[in-house]
Amino acid sequence: MKVLVAIKRVVDYNVKVRVKADHSSVDLANVKMSMNPFCEIAVEEAVRLKEKGVATEIVVVSVGPSTAQEQLRTALALGADRAILVESAEDLTSLAVAKLFKAVVDKEQPQLVILGKQAIDSDNNQTGQMLAALSGYGQGTFASKVEISGDTVAVTREVDGGAQTVSLKLPAIVTTDLRLNEPRYASLPNIMKAKKKPLEVLTPDALGVSTASTNKTVKVEAPAARSAGIKVKSVAELVEKLKNEAKVI
Amino acid sequence: MTILVIAEHDNKVLAPATLNTVAAAAKIGGDIHVLVAGQGAGAVAEAAAKVAGVSKVLLADNAAYAHQLPENVAPLVAELGAGYSHILAAATSNGKNILPRVAAQLDVDQISEIISVESADTFKRPIYAGNAIATVQSTAAVKVITVRATGFDPVAAEGGSAAVETVSAAHDAGISSFVGEELAKSDRPELTAAKIVVSGGRGMQNGDNFKHLYALADKLGAAVGASRAAVDAGFVPNDMQVGQTGKIVAPQLYIAVGISGAIQHLAGMKDSKVIVAINKDEEAPIFQVADYGLVADLFEAVPELEKLV
Repeated sequence: MKVLVAIKRVVDYNVKVRVKADHSSVDLANVKMSMNPFCEIAVEEAVRLKEKGVATEIVVVSVGPSTAQEQLRTALALGADRAILVESAEDLTSLAVAKLFKAVVDKEQPQLVILGKQAIDSDNNQTGQMLAALSGYGQGTFASKVEISGDTVAVTREVDGGAQTVSLKLPAIVTTDLRLNEPRYASLPNIMKAKKKPLEVLTPDALGVSTASTNKTVKVEAPAARSAGIKVKSVAELVEKLKNEAKVI
Repeated sequence: MTILVIAEHDNKVLAPATLNTVAAAAKIGGDIHVLVAGQGAGAVAEAAAKVAGVSKVLLADNAAYAHQLPENVAPLVAELGAGYSHILAAATSNGKNILPRVAAQLDVDQISEIISVESADTFKRPIYAGNAIATVQSTAAVKVITVRATGFDPVAAEGGSAAVETVSAAHDAGISSFVGEELAKSDRPELTAAKIVVSGGRGMQNGDNFKHLYALADKLGAAVGASRAAVDAGFVPNDMQVGQTGKIVAPQLYIAVGISGAIQHLAGMKDSKVIVAINKDEEAPIFQVADYGLVADLFEAVPELEKLV
């Protein structure tokens, strides 16, 4: 079966971002960008499904600026067969991205779509669920285990109190949690081979999708800084401070 | 304006996060209705009717809603919610699972994990693992929002006297089914609601050593959490993880033991009132956010702390 994997180019998870002086957004000029960590897990899961003989083709898709081709090439080096970039320079909302993915799903007709559970920049945790709603498919969010048998997929999900397993009819949407797998690294020969794999570039207009939004970011600020703390010398001093100064125990 | 709050529950008990969500609704202003979708959830509806500030409770009791499957619950919420000005749910795993599906069905953008209400259409929410706070305005006819519980003090669970109305709408999409669940058992307070949280990281070295933290937690009436490193190493189960990808906590006191303080961990606990760090590495980033830092071997400090508190 065909598996579609959605990936996002985001600021690298090790970068401590700074808010721009004009409070319009965070400063991403000259900052290291990478594939969103949850998306790496999504690619890995698709590749493992292919290695097991379950998946026959992996198509990786991203919505973003032309530079997102780098992340698509990374996914190709990890084992995806071909890539689609829906090019959009502006920052789109999760709903707009889900609509674009829906158009790609209609075109490609995959049996399974894997996304990360959230992007570490917007921290929205919406796109997979929205894509599931728009396509009318079942959704297995925050997946820590995915097992396909016949025309269903069993997804074990990380929920607040532990784990829950649901069974979904295929085609279905899965979003990955951290513990689904350990993503592999791309080898140099595979990085070279990935340069020759097909990468198609589309636009929202070509897909006939309006990316208009009902949300507007008015301002972006730095969070309130915590006042500097102190170092205590002993456990006894710590207990004394907690009891008499902070009064929390 | 009338606001629909989706109740968080397990068919038996109304979860505390619902009270924080109602508090957010009260800040927006207007009538507050609560939807209880479940199976055999009459007691939850009665509890919701007593919550201060709630004017009506809608009870949708149907086998299709028993396990909060989003394929079935989202169409119900979208159908009922279309007439409301706002639809709110707690940013729990259920809220996060169901609400974006509702928003897409209503063709509106969602605002995730708000931490404050600026006005009826403007809200603040953290982005980039809490390293920036965005103010977001919505022009949507129905504003679909998840609420970070730690951003709002809960309303009183008693004092209200709302009427309970039964909703007959039954949506069963027939594309998903519940197979089973494995819930972690714990006698300690729930992590996200605890007043004190004691968390361990990679420095704990193994799962057995968490007994030192459990002993301290029991003495303090605290919940026990963990960093991703401790979870990945298999010391403790996933649902104990505090951080950007785990639970967000904001207790009165957070004690971080053997935790270096990566950005992703800080995202889950830096709104705690008082933060204590115990770490033998005095350069550990956790000391930059700690109110009280103790540079010491945790295997000596934690047992001593347990004796003294």
